[in-house]
Amino acid sequence: MRSDTGKLSLILLMAPFALWIVLLIALPQFGIGYVSLREKVGPGEYELGFANYTAFLGEPIYWNTLLRTAWMSILVTFLALVVGFPVAYYIAKIARKRARAGLFLLCLIPLWVSDLVRAFGWIVLLRETGIVSSSLQWMGVISGPVELLYNDITVIIGLVYTVVLFMIVPLVSTLDGMDDAMLEAGYNLGGSRFTVFRRIIVPYAMPGLVAGCIITFMLTAGSYLTPILLGGKNSSWFTEQIYNQFITRYNWEAGATFGVLLLAFTSLVVWVGLRLTGQSLATTVAKE
Amino acid sequence: MKASLKLLLAGTALSLVAGTVSAETLRLMTWGSYAPEELINKFEEEYPDIVVEVTFSNNEEMIAKLRATGGSGYDLAQPSHDRIFSAQQEYNIYKPLDLSQIDTSVMSENLLEGVKANTTIDGEVYAVPHQWGTSGIMTNKSVAPDVTGWNDLCDPAYEGKTSMRLRRTILLGTAFGMGMDPFALYDDPEAYQDMLDQVTEKLIDCKSVIKTYWTGGDDLAALMLSGEVVVSETWDSTAYKLFGENPDIVFVPPETGALAWIDTFAIPRGGEADDAAYKWINFVMRPENVEIMSASTGAIAAVPNGIDLLPEDKRAAVQAAFEDTDLENLKFFANIPAGIEDMEGLALERIQAAQ
Repeated sequence: MRSDTGKLSLILLMAPFALWIVLLIALPQFGIGYVSLREKVGPGEYELGFANYTAFLGEPIYWNTLLRTAWMSILVTFLALVVGFPVAYYIAKIARKRARAGLFLLCLIPLWVSDLVRAFGWIVLLRETGIVSSSLQWMGVISGPVELLYNDITVIIGLVYTVVLFMIVPLVSTLDGMDDAMLEAGYNLGGSRFTVFRRIIVPYAMPGLVAGCIITFMLTAGSYLTPILLGGKNSSWFTEQIYNQFITRYNWEAGATFGVLLLAFTSLVVWVGLRLTGQSLATTVAKE
Repeated sequence: MKASLKLLLAGTALSLVAGTVSAETLRLMTWGSYAPEELINKFEEEYPDIVVEVTFSNNEEMIAKLRATGGSGYDLAQPSHDRIFSAQQEYNIYKPLDLSQIDTSVMSENLLEGVKANTTIDGEVYAVPHQWGTSGIMTNKSVAPDVTGWNDLCDPAYEGKTSMRLRRTILLGTAFGMGMDPFALYDDPEAYQDMLDQVTEKLIDCKSVIKTYWTGGDDLAALMLSGEVVVSETWDSTAYKLFGENPDIVFVPPETGALAWIDTFAIPRGGEADDAAYKWINFVMRPENVEIMSASTGAIAAVPNGIDLLPEDKRAAVQAAFEDTDLENLKFFANIPAGIEDMEGLALERIQAAQ
């Protein structure tokens, strides 16, 4: 009797989660996978095959864009780590207890505005007739207007800004659990600041660090607005290719193929990253 | 992206407001500014049992959305005249029009016949014209007075100060500018690919000259009004709007002919309010309503005296831009045969990806 009610409540508790996974994650993925295997042979006629995948490999633009997206995403992840680690360390270890919540909140505030608005914020700042260009002219640093938009550096700055928070949060929660006594012990045993950082702080923070890297990498590789709006004529981001295939070329088969490839490729990068750092999903993003 | 998102938000807001009364609903999918609030209110006053819900979109999204639902979800769509034939053949997303329900007598004869010729499949007509306009060049006379055609977009004299929209229009315009006629090559895929390769090469060289690709009217307006861009590909209606704010900004029909499009009315296959759709078509084509519509869109209604029904400032802009010879030289978009868009899509991706 008791075990029956237990079962029932377990089923009821799991139902929303199971429905979510099946209806919103698994089914669409299978759908996309199926569409990617359809070959178009004529108007309205399809057969199953791998033509879309061979077409992807045969066109350098596509895999170059995928590699470029992956490489820039890795760079963004690294920069987010460099920017985010000191911030996280300050919040978790140096700031006074009372200031912590406030600092954390300050980090969260940019998230209250949508991605789109934040990207336009950068446009207003960086465009040729924008705030940065005109203030530099006013100060006499440069003689004519300067265009700071529409290049890869701007895209990277914009992306780092968008994702850095997702690096800070897991780092703070990991570093928060670190006992200060460990650091003191390190110094007492004659370790320099660098040694303590390398041998104690980094290994301790590793799970949070890897979790942050995975989240920021996935977010960056899948982002759409920031690279399109800030990159201008030279941006080619893989998500844009997917959009183009679906919307402007009516080629759902190729679009679905690109979607599958993006998922497979980013998963591969994450897997390699986990292997290199000796971590696993269970010790990082799925940590209790 | 920016413009379409904004429009989406605007459309959602409108539909929320409109959805409060229970009555027959006309779900209209159209271009930004093609459903001015004033006209919707007037229409709902005249037909109190119909509520109009508007979604703003563009040619590609209209087809993609209707394809996704097999033609349902909307009761009236407004694709351009050249985007109906192949979309209908391939995806079967529209239903034939009942011309007896439409007052075609108010429409300008040549545009009506042109659209009918473009959209007749198996003897059934799928669209009638609504408004027309052109794509060409916009220039800031005070800085770039000698602009005459598509080639000026790639003129190194304006390095860093030109812009274009990376869509099929610029491929066609550039081809005309290079002395070719893409519409004549539509039936010969090999020759068309050859032409596309030349155009691609030219536009890749051109990337060092242009500042950025614009993506919507708002985007383009900001670039032109700030003076960051002085020569750009444009829709004429956008240029007319900017003319009102800065009379130095004028529309220049390219010497090879401005590319003319006609936006139409077509009824999606799954449309559930055909009556209301026909009422809307007849309603907006009435002269007094044409004026309100044209004031909002800046495009010219497909009625015999369409230019006269433009508001004064826009009529002045049209007259400043077009001589009679330019009007005779218009190049109307020809029906796109299946497969051509795919070739163009690849060309556009090559250009975008080139560094």
